[in-house]
Amino acid sequence: MADELPKGEPGADAADIPLLRIDAVVKKFGAFRAVDRLSLDIKAGEFFALLGPSGCGKTTLLRMLAGFETPDEGRILLDGRDIARVLPHQRPVNMMFQNYALFPHLTVRDNIAFGLKRAAMPGSEIDSRVAEMVALVKLEGLEKRKPDQLSGGQKQRVALARSLARRPQVLLLDEPLAALDKKLRESTQFELMELQRRLGMTFIIVTHDQEEAMTVADRIGVMDSGRLEQVATPRELYEAPASRWIAEFVGDVNIFEGQVASREADRLAISTKDAGTIMVAEPRQPISKTNVCVAIRPEKVKLSRRGPVSDAVNAHSINRLEGVVTDVSYLGGITSYKVKLDTGAVLRSSMANTARIDIDAYSASQRVVAWFSPDDGVVLEQ
Amino acid sequence: MSARRIFTRPARLAAIAPYLWMTLLFLLPFGFVLKISLSQTAIAQPPYLPVFDPTQGWAAIKAAAADLSLDNFRLLVSDDLYVLSYLRSLVVAAVSTSILLAIGYPIAYGMARLPQRWQPIAMMLVIVPFWTSFLIRIYAWINILQHDGLLNKILLALHLVAAPVVWLSTDSAMYLGIVYSYLPFMILPLYATLAKMEPALLEAAADLGSSPRQAFWLVTFPLSLPGVAAGVLLCFIPIVGEFVIPDLLAGSSSLMIGQTLWLEFFTNKDWPVASAAAVVLLLLLVGPLVFYDRLQRRQLEAAR
Repeated sequence: MADELPKGEPGADAADIPLLRIDAVVKKFGAFRAVDRLSLDIKAGEFFALLGPSGCGKTTLLRMLAGFETPDEGRILLDGRDIARVLPHQRPVNMMFQNYALFPHLTVRDNIAFGLKRAAMPGSEIDSRVAEMVALVKLEGLEKRKPDQLSGGQKQRVALARSLARRPQVLLLDEPLAALDKKLRESTQFELMELQRRLGMTFIIVTHDQEEAMTVADRIGVMDSGRLEQVATPRELYEAPASRWIAEFVGDVNIFEGQVASREADRLAISTKDAGTIMVAEPRQPISKTNVCVAIRPEKVKLSRRGPVSDAVNAHSINRLEGVVTDVSYLGGITSYKVKLDTGAVLRSSMANTARIDIDAYSASQRVVAWFSPDDGVVLEQ
Repeated sequence: MSARRIFTRPARLAAIAPYLWMTLLFLLPFGFVLKISLSQTAIAQPPYLPVFDPTQGWAAIKAAAADLSLDNFRLLVSDDLYVLSYLRSLVVAAVSTSILLAIGYPIAYGMARLPQRWQPIAMMLVIVPFWTSFLIRIYAWINILQHDGLLNKILLALHLVAAPVVWLSTDSAMYLGIVYSYLPFMILPLYATLAKMEPALLEAAADLGSSPRQAFWLVTFPLSLPGVAAGVLLCFIPIVGEFVIPDLLAGSSSLMIGQTLWLEFFTNKDWPVASAAAVVLLLLLVGPLVFYDRLQRRQLEAAR
């Protein structure tokens, strides 16, 4: 399945000239390289997410795009023009700030109109643009309020409207939803996506929340220690992670370390200490090392009482592990199990609760067979 | 005794304390001054009439009260000496406060933008002059400004002037002394408001197309207005009533109201007129305070 996905490298379609090209950019703070020779192309109209743990350099990169930091090396090309040293107020780029940075002494209307006035837009045009923005983010009736008279969600909308009002070529969003509670955050994510599609604008969002990145973005760049570890669609990132670090950073995963024992047809046999021999599909990029690990997502691991009977024909290619259920966490939509294998290792499995009354649910200390298809395991170099 | 009473009694006493303080140390003395301002000067002990004597009974007090009059206030309004003193006080305070704001704002702004670890040191440097008595510092200025003082010696050595310049007993010396003495009172409230301003606001202003200069006038300055108001009031009000600095550094050609008041009280021994001058001064100063209070309350209400 993962193999059918286009390779996530930018500019898969060679005819597409990127709107934004980040070319070997370096940013140092003292001896610390916050961003380390990072290159990335972003196409016009794309919703791109920079994802990474805190301190990975994603915010520094975003601040260089906004102009608040100047790269020590490299170029930032916007529409072919190097803007790396252009001052923030002269860039056709706008930013939505993490804590919104609304002007506390100005009304909602004046906050939104702030950037338009600086652009020397005639008054009547400002009025109509502000009205348009207010309608866009559904803030009608609150125009005369000051920021401290607004709820968190309303402030977030004002910040969004203010950053969109100048119709920037690129909108930068720095953890825009971090201050909202979970429910509001989820609904706002969909509104953001809808808005981006409707306006056809290029959005670059910085977030440490991988679910948020996967929900909103067309492509995700995962950063660690100032470098891009992988740039891919959410699906490819999850199903075909480029490294063990990414597999573990994005979502839950079971990891088994081992060695390549044999190759037959398009199958690799990996002998592992914790789960015996595991059969997996040959990866697209040939594995050069012998020490590898196999990554399997919990939802790809099925549990049954006696094993995959219906697949008995292919039994030789199905990975079959036996163990005892030790933990059952009912999470509503899914139930998450921990299975202690006979080797002593712990395997995680999650199953969708598709029926309200599940007679097949497993309970702790029950003996089960865990199985997964070779196509669902991913071989990664250690 | 219940636990609740144990804890609420000291709390209630603490709430009363400021009112007690104000009554004993402000309202009561002010009542005395107000009463004296309505009396007539007399060669007596105390030097005014009538005197309320509670031992003489209610009728005597009533009779004494009938002798009170507004004559002293009429004198204040009709005599140029007082009117000009008030005017000069207000002008000196206004000019000094403007100079203080013009000097203090950039200093406070610079302090607020220093790296975090340097800010306490800068703050110390502002406060350090307070470690020396105010009077000694003014005498030091007399020393610097006098005919053969440090300033003239330097100017002569650099051949900037041919002969010593007269600094002492001029308005320039007085303004120098006032600005020097009051600068910390302008800087500290300004610094307090500027330091707590979110730096992201300036980034947002730049992001939305403001040059650094526009960002200052559109964001920094409006947001620092509470600090400006506090600094202006902290300087303006005491400068209006200033006595020591104009007395030591300025000439004797025109007097500030503090000096006039001192003359009436100690030289002319006219307590009633001096008291009336003090009452009018207080009313003049309460005006701007009430105005500021209203302004602040309105802002608070608008924010609600």
